Amino acid sequence: MSGKTLYDKIWDAHLVHEAEDGTSLLYIDRHLVHEVTSPQAFEGLRMAGRTVRAPDKTIAVPDHNVPTTLDRANAATMTEDSRIQVEALDKNAKDFGIHYYPVSDVRQGIVHIVGPEQGWTLPGMTVVCGDSHTATHGAFGALAHGIGTSEVEHVLATQTLIQSKSKNMKVEITGKLSPGVTAKDITLSVIGATGTAGGTGYVIEYCGEAIRDLSMEGRMTVCNMAIEGGARAGLIAPDEKTFEYVKGRPHAPKGAQWEAAMDWWKTLYSDDDAHWDKVVTIKGEDIAPVVTWGTSPEDVLPITAAVPAADSFQGGKVGAAQRSLDYMGLKPGTPLNEIEIDTVFIGSCTNGRIEDLRAAAAILKGKKIKVKRAMVVPGSGLVRAQAEEEGLADIFTEAGFEWRLAGCSMCLAMNPDQLSPGERCAATSNRNFEGRQGRGGRTHLMSPAMAAAAAVTGKLTDVREMM
Amino acid sequence: MEKFDKLTGVAAPMPLYNIDTDMIIPKQFLKTIKRSGLGVNLFDEMRYDDQGNEIPDFVLNKPAYRDAKIIVAGDNFGCGSSREHAPWALLDFGIRCVISTSFADIFYNNCFKNGILPIVLPQEDVDKLMDDAERGSNAVLTVDLEEQVITGPDGGTVRFDIDPWRKHCLLNGLDDIGLTLEKGAAIDSFEDQAAQARPWV
Ligand code: SF4
Repeated sequence: MSGKTLYDKIWDAHLVHEAEDGTSLLYIDRHLVHEVTSPQAFEGLRMAGRTVRAPDKTIAVPDHNVPTTLDRANAATMTEDSRIQVEALDKNAKDFGIHYYPVSDVRQGIVHIVGPEQGWTLPGMTVVCGDSHTATHGAFGALAHGIGTSEVEHVLATQTLIQSKSKNMKVEITGKLSPGVTAKDITLSVIGATGTAGGTGYVIEYCGEAIRDLSMEGRMTVCNMAIEGGARAGLIAPDEKTFEYVKGRPHAPKGAQWEAAMDWWKTLYSDDDAHWDKVVTIKGEDIAPVVTWGTSPEDVLPITAAVPAADSFQGGKVGAAQRSLDYMGLKPGTPLNEIEIDTVFIGSCTNGRIEDLRAAAAILKGKKIKVKRAMVVPGSGLVRAQAEEEGLADIFTEAGFEWRLAGCSMCLAMNPDQLSPGERCAATSNRNFEGRQGRGGRTHLMSPAMAAAAAVTGKLTDVREMM
Repeated sequence: MEKFDKLTGVAAPMPLYNIDTDMIIPKQFLKTIKRSGLGVNLFDEMRYDDQGNEIPDFVLNKPAYRDAKIIVAGDNFGCGSSREHAPWALLDFGIRCVISTSFADIFYNNCFKNGILPIVLPQEDVDKLMDDAERGSNAVLTVDLEEQVITGPDGGTVRFDIDPWRKHCLLNGLDDIGLTLEKGAAIDSFEDQAAQARPWV
């Protein structure tokens, strides 16, 4: 009998019922809710006369829709339909008695930043949210994944989720990263190597020295994009860094409960003899600062490379690559570092934490931007406050960046922060799909330091030249 | 949820790889608090130009495919976000079945919750059905869930696999929540035991 993976251990600890065919009912420890994917779920509860089974384990925050401009307290900055969604969440949170961080609360922010920040996300938990980037919470050694609205309703009503078990994939990043290479470069490089469907059917555990060396912020960046590689979830085993981060957070356990929790948390790792269905190993030193050139997160290359030709790919990818090149307005053979940028967006649940803002500010200090517009959208009100205290906000505004309030903003452009057709953006978010940041908008994904470098030079830039 | 047993209808070919949820239903249409009415915006940015006029070349705008009930698609259909608005939009348009070599996990799950059947087939079968789907209004397929068989316009058949539980739920239009609530006692006892083992949760 082989040992267990971290995924196996968390799974087993949450199994309520298992049918003969393997269909399982998993208990859910934390359910995070936002305004876009929840209204129909609450409506469903009401129509069926059901209640929220565990309101104390359910946390809601509006983030996707809310304006991030400084005047957002003025309701007129919100469009009618956005306002209706946010008001629906206000009402649902109140009616069903769940924890809530309204727009007016300094703790409001992107749901995947608020959860860890407030200590809702803890090692060994099961965490779900009606949002695909729930994988972020896996950085704590929590089994966390996105669900659809029907499942949101299912979790609200039953505090469980029907699941079948995924396969185990180990992604090991060995050795050290080179200077200028960050968590974002790791996670994009992994997707570049495995493809956007490479993780389909798997839960990934990231391990290896380069992962251990990352801060909790960096680990969240890595796990955040597990979903872009097709995986159901990404996990990192908790260690001293994790415990240090969690300790003292508002909803983290205290006193004797902390000790009891630690006893269990320390058992949360994959056994040496655990079975892996797939193993991917990448050397840390082989990872360069990367950018995406196309309209899929797998379209990733080192900044030192050139735009590829469509016929350098195989099978159906040839057509997809051609479509990407046309959409992105790029010619094969163009060096990536000659591509001019109109706009820079720093933020999102991938890279909207304090460490991300520090990395960008370190590049921007004393410099001015050469792009038409640039904005920083902190991931939460608390990240924003801390950045102001550390003087980062001044660095951004002096460089010419807009300093925004917390929310998803131009990551998905549901609020007024959108690209116009043909506008080219260096973004720290996680999706470069057609139209993601606004109809016809062209997105290049990269790390915060790389986005800051692009802001300074006006084109995609190798940040190592500015360090 | 509407039952799914046997479906006969026109299949539209969409050979594109990685058809993502932003293509299926762009985010500006997620600002609804209802499930219905999204069909007119299905594939919005591929289907309409900037003025809101139909783009005649787009497959679902072609006369033969306007009433398509099935889509045959390239690899990794439905990748991207968890938005259930994607299956809601497909359903509202009238699509009850999508066939591809692979689907993104969350989208795949979401389909079953809405009475849509996503079918995974090997490349050669998808290629064959894609050819069938290219035949315009003659591109009629019949999908028989009970027998797990797709019948093409020439009478040729392709078998497909499906998880037995999901098949059972689709065939009977079963509501997951109701079924899970029947296991209320098991959930209660799990909670009691977890409150002892992990009181901090
Ligand atoms: S920041 Fe972007 S990816 Fe993250 S939750 Fe918001 S919209 Fe989704």
